[in-house]
Amino acid sequence: MKKTFAALVAAAITATAAPAMAELVVPNLSYRTGPYAANGIPYADGFADYMTLLNERDGGIGGEKVVVPECETAYNTEKGVECYEATKSDGALVYNPLSTGITYQLIPKVTADHHVLYTPGYGRTSAANGKVFEWVFNYPANYWDGASIIVKYLAEKAGGSLSGKKIALVYHNSAYGKEPIRTLEELAKKEGYELELLPVDHPGQEQKSQWLQIRRNKPDYVIMYGWGVMNQVAIQEAVNIKYPMENFVGIWWSGSENDVAPAGDKANGYTTISFHGTGADYPVYDDMKKFVIDAGKGAGAGDQVGTMLYSRGMYAAMIISEAIRTAQTMHGAAAVSPEQVRDGFENLNLTEERLTELGLPGFAQPITATCADHGGPGSGMLFSWDAAGKKWNAASDWIQSDGELIDALVAEDSAAFAAETNTAERCN
Amino acid sequence: MFYREAGDFKTSYRLDSQTFPIKFDRLRFYAVLAIAYGVIPFFVNDYWASAVLVPFLIYSIAAIGLNVLVGYAGQVSLGTGGFMAVGAYAVYKLMTAFPEVSVFIHVLLAGGITAVVGVLFGLPSLRIKGFYLAVATLAAQFFLVWLFNKVPWFYNYSASGQINAPDRTVFGVFVTGAQTSATAKYLFCLVMLTIVALIARNLTRGTIGRKWMAIRDMDIAAEIIGVNPLTTKISAFAVSSFFVGIAGALFFAVYLGAAEVGEAFGIQKSFLILFMVIIGGLGSIFGSFAGAAFLVLLPVLLKNVLVGTLGWPTDLAAHIELMIVGALIVIFLIAEPHGLAQLWRVAKEKLRLWPFPH
Repeated sequence: MKKTFAALVAAAITATAAPAMAELVVPNLSYRTGPYAANGIPYADGFADYMTLLNERDGGIGGEKVVVPECETAYNTEKGVECYEATKSDGALVYNPLSTGITYQLIPKVTADHHVLYTPGYGRTSAANGKVFEWVFNYPANYWDGASIIVKYLAEKAGGSLSGKKIALVYHNSAYGKEPIRTLEELAKKEGYELELLPVDHPGQEQKSQWLQIRRNKPDYVIMYGWGVMNQVAIQEAVNIKYPMENFVGIWWSGSENDVAPAGDKANGYTTISFHGTGADYPVYDDMKKFVIDAGKGAGAGDQVGTMLYSRGMYAAMIISEAIRTAQTMHGAAAVSPEQVRDGFENLNLTEERLTELGLPGFAQPITATCADHGGPGSGMLFSWDAAGKKWNAASDWIQSDGELIDALVAEDSAAFAAETNTAERCN
Repeated sequence: MFYREAGDFKTSYRLDSQTFPIKFDRLRFYAVLAIAYGVIPFFVNDYWASAVLVPFLIYSIAAIGLNVLVGYAGQVSLGTGGFMAVGAYAVYKLMTAFPEVSVFIHVLLAGGITAVVGVLFGLPSLRIKGFYLAVATLAAQFFLVWLFNKVPWFYNYSASGQINAPDRTVFGVFVTGAQTSATAKYLFCLVMLTIVALIARNLTRGTIGRKWMAIRDMDIAAEIIGVNPLTTKISAFAVSSFFVGIAGALFFAVYLGAAEVGEAFGIQKSFLILFMVIIGGLGSIFGSFAGAAFLVLLPVLLKNVLVGTLGWPTDLAAHIELMIVGALIVIFLIAEPHGLAQLWRVAKEKLRLWPFPH
């Protein structure tokens, strides 16, 4: 035991002494192992590849190199704590842990230690209220936006009204999966549908009973909030009970190529929502190919380029780099501090022109952040899976969520957080 | 030569029955305490506290708790994760309901609540033994996790079902929440561990511990010589759950800060702590420490060496780490089926005879 301890001391010293200080450090808390790896890998690859592209093509952001130390969390909160503590002393600017559980842990920590926490499309939904959550940003859309957009889409599909319809929610039995329940219940009152809740326990390989219930109760639509291996199993189970795929809609975390692939051709028509485009047809991929992939600098195995979650990792990296750029212009310094990056996030103005400049025309919706608005436009579009062409086809235009309802829920939940933690409102 | 009983004269019964009868052992014990209390707090930083020391201390408490039940009383339990969840949710409810009370008291109360729950789930042990009891405690594990997921009262009706530790103090110093310093976290857990280890050590040396071991070794014979199986088994479940509850409370409040029952206190936690006890050594307090150290520190060490020093990709390192830890567990158990504590015992026997072994 003593020997282990001494070796540990030596190892920890060598491990923490490595990174240099004068660069922009954006840790990538990823997971390439465990039951969530199928979804964690493409996201981590997209994130790392975009940062590599900036380094190789432009020499970093504003002339300052970006360093992306990767740390494996396996979607596990204990390892998440370790990764956060291991990377924070290196001058980390922004954290993007891709896990709602780890996000909940990090919210008080980043608030005390002053790091930015950027959780696009996940995390604590009420962090959209910048008046309470100073250091947390979750634009462009959150779980409740997603639920509201899906319901709007389904209402349109049902011919304008969901009244009298039955909707089942198959969800990961965790903070992540439980988030949309409140919203869907409120919407049920408004739209007049009946909601059935079907929790699936971590990691999600056991879903026989849930799908038996769906087979018996025959809901008109099934909404899924799943992640990792749960997605693949759910889609396979839906195929097994011959549930019509076009009536099965997943949130953006339940719609990647890796999720539909195991079910093969039968998954054709499965629908998912996204807050950005997908596919490798954007001009940015010309540079990506030239500077990163063909140069042998790509992350991972390089087989995920242009997929749905790869695009999402790239989206997160793009927003972070744009926020850092905004911070650099605002403060006139290349080596920005976490406080300055927070200002950058708060004053981010991402326009369509800027997206075109970045080689991503029409990839995402414009964002104008403010001190109070950390939640963004809250819009998304639906994609359906084309099993023959092995690609996602747009199934709708951009749909705006029910802002009025969600703002009320956000205000309620963030007020509860503020009362719990004695946080004073800002931006007044 | 220096490690021996000879020449260390005991002049009273008290001295004769002390925990460490050999002088060298006593000095070593005081030295460890002096370093743990007097040196480490001045050097500990956030990384060391949160990633290495605090989890080690907390898992040691849990392993001592389980060792009382499995190692000393011989009652197999797979419900440790569930009992830790009881401790965590109890301390959360207490912290939010009585914010003005010191969290030190809350943690002890959470242990007490867990003890009551543990006794309830320990009742079947009077009728069933061995594998059947293991299955009954497995039911406790799943039932408790399901309960904390199902009933919103336990997580104060929050939308996501997460519990978050609010900022709480002991003697005016923050020990939970984000403002806690590394030293405060470490010392709070260390004090708890010291109390638990001293209680456990003295219980197992006294009447209660001897009763537990009698029941473990042969329950019928124990009953014939006058050991009451009811009180003995129930007291083992109560004491064990009390410690495990304290570990669960600290795990949530001090270490993680936010928890979700299925992920933090699932079945894999029960197995992890059972492995600690088995690898460390059944029926040994030192074994609990050694097992916790082995399973908490080794993965962190391997990760730092493989990723930090050698620069391997994180996924490869994570897979290799699992393989190395797994292989070491197998090798250790083949080489020494009685765990790390037995290695320690053998080393001490050899030292006692050195340099003239017969």
